Amino acid sequence: MILISGNDLASGAVTWWTGTGWSHHFGDAVDVAGDGAAIIAAEEAACRVNGAAVVEADAAGMPRHIKDRIRAAGPSVRIDLGINPAVPAVLAGQ
Amino acid sequence: MYRYDQYDQAMVDARVAEFRDQVARRLAGKMNDDQFKPLRLKNGLYLQLHAYMLRIAIPYGTLNSGQMRTLAHIARRYDKGYGHFTTRQNIQFNWIKLAEAPDILADLARVEMHAIQTSGESIRNISADPYAGAAADEICDPRPWAELLRQATSFHPEFSYLPRKFKIAVIAAEVDRAALRWHDCALRIVTNAAGEQGFEVYAGGGMGRTPMIAFKIRDFLPAGQIFSYLQAILRVWNLHARRDNIHKQRMKILVHTLGEDAFRTEVEAAFTHILTLGSDFPAAEYDRIAAHFTPPPFDADAPDDMDLSDPDFARWVARQVVAHKMPGYAIVNISLKPVGGIPGDVSADQMDAIADIAQKYSFDDLRSAYTQNLVLPHVRKADLFAVWQALKAINLVDTNRDQITDIIACPGLDYCSLANARSIPLAQKIAQRFADPAVGDDIGDLNIKISGCINACGHHHAGHIGILGVDRKGIENYQLLLGGSGAEDISAAKITGPGFDEDGVVDALERAVNAYRAQRTPGERFIDTYRRVGMDGFKEAIYG
Ligand code: SF4
Repeated sequence: MILISGNDLASGAVTWWTGTGWSHHFGDAVDVAGDGAAIIAAEEAACRVNGAAVVEADAAGMPRHIKDRIRAAGPSVRIDLGINPAVPAVLAGQ
Repeated sequence: MYRYDQYDQAMVDARVAEFRDQVARRLAGKMNDDQFKPLRLKNGLYLQLHAYMLRIAIPYGTLNSGQMRTLAHIARRYDKGYGHFTTRQNIQFNWIKLAEAPDILADLARVEMHAIQTSGESIRNISADPYAGAAADEICDPRPWAELLRQATSFHPEFSYLPRKFKIAVIAAEVDRAALRWHDCALRIVTNAAGEQGFEVYAGGGMGRTPMIAFKIRDFLPAGQIFSYLQAILRVWNLHARRDNIHKQRMKILVHTLGEDAFRTEVEAAFTHILTLGSDFPAAEYDRIAAHFTPPPFDADAPDDMDLSDPDFARWVARQVVAHKMPGYAIVNISLKPVGGIPGDVSADQMDAIADIAQKYSFDDLRSAYTQNLVLPHVRKADLFAVWQALKAINLVDTNRDQITDIIACPGLDYCSLANARSIPLAQKIAQRFADPAVGDDIGDLNIKISGCINACGHHHAGHIGILGVDRKGIENYQLLLGGSGAEDISAAKITGPGFDEDGVVDALERAVNAYRAQRTPGERFIDTYRRVGMDGFKEAIYG
């Protein structure tokens, strides 16, 4: 799957493209297939997101790279600050 | 410490107002990120993995209690209750909202702080000896010079669009507590045969992708000519720098390319010209600044004796307390390296408590060290037990200064958008493995420094043992380095060989430490043994 993630303009918080808008929960992210560049260009031009980029994920929507999983879960050394419910599992890519 | 006059305050207030306007325009969609990014970076605001990160300057590592309380307020009001002291004596907050950044800068301005020149291609916060003004071994307090250079270079048009960042350090002792020659320009105050104070000047140091130790460009520069000389160095770099290649823009690359002699010749020629322009500070200006750094009113009768009957207190004194220039006083090092903790992180409550302790026991004076620890520079020996108890109440009495668990670690992949690998969990695992204080004592002085990428914020080149995080086909991997130093016996660490995974590098480090323990001669530190036996003496133990 191909997801899109960026940072919210005002708060800087990690956001994921849901197909119609942005969510802080990576579980809401949708597969954008080959449309990533067009969506990013439109959303950045509208100043709705910052630093957006496509993210490779497995078939279950789990980001493949540890950097994206840390973005999804929060710092691995402060799991108390993560916003997704199953933080250790996300960090482990499960 | 230096206090703002109306000009300083007006400049900082104007910058806050300007940034408030820039942020409003960005939030209103009137600027895109390409336009806004250079503006936010000029105010220390980065976009990291989870949020904006604000880096606040602590000039030459000096803070008062009011400033520390404001940092606690920022942690509580705008962040998630904690801050992170960095390897350049600054502090970072990891969870900043863009919309609130101008309010934070306004709160900082009220206590004479800012985030100007903590990022971007500028002269960064000038670092200094954290024991300045207190050290028994210094020839003078180096901070008036750091402050003069801070004022002379802030907002200076010639230095506003440098090829890359430029870092300066100033010390005034033989012992180097500021990683001096790892800076672009390193200044050590010395006294010449005629008894005059001046600078030993070094140029071209830096870590990152191409680690280089600054070379001595001048044995002795009369103190009053320092701004002309600094201008000359910057002008030669500005003129020749490879602005076309980000990996070749730092001054160290120019020094390497031109060669030390040719670089010196060009600097001296520029200096001869600049000297005629009369841009150095008049002596009265030095005196005005230096008046802010007069020693506090020490009690000349402060007793030298201490009751060391409590063994935990005695151990803390032996490890964390060092000699002060005044009899009856001591310098206290506060370890921010609890075993299993995050190096350099301090909670808002701890910041408030440290501010109280500094106000009550250290003439309202606090320092940050590049080792990501804090310092109370002027504590009466008679008050040390009370200080220890107050620090104990906030869990800050770890006794590991310069030992294996006093690890420098950059934020790494847990926070940093440039990272390849995590640094903090490694520091935690290593500290847990060597948590037994008796083991730490047996190993002795051993500096471990960890960076999450080649940018080297964790000073891995300068570690007796360094660890560098790399990305190996999408997996975190770690290179082990041996033989570096950030002290007066400066050296650059070398890579041992193939990298390791997270657990593997901790095991490899333990094997290196055991190799040291097996080979050391009496009194030898890890670095001494490494220098005596070389990499070969460790390689077999590490790789088997
Ligand atoms: S060394 Fe790399 S990973 Fe660590 S803080 Fe610096 S840029 Fe980030």
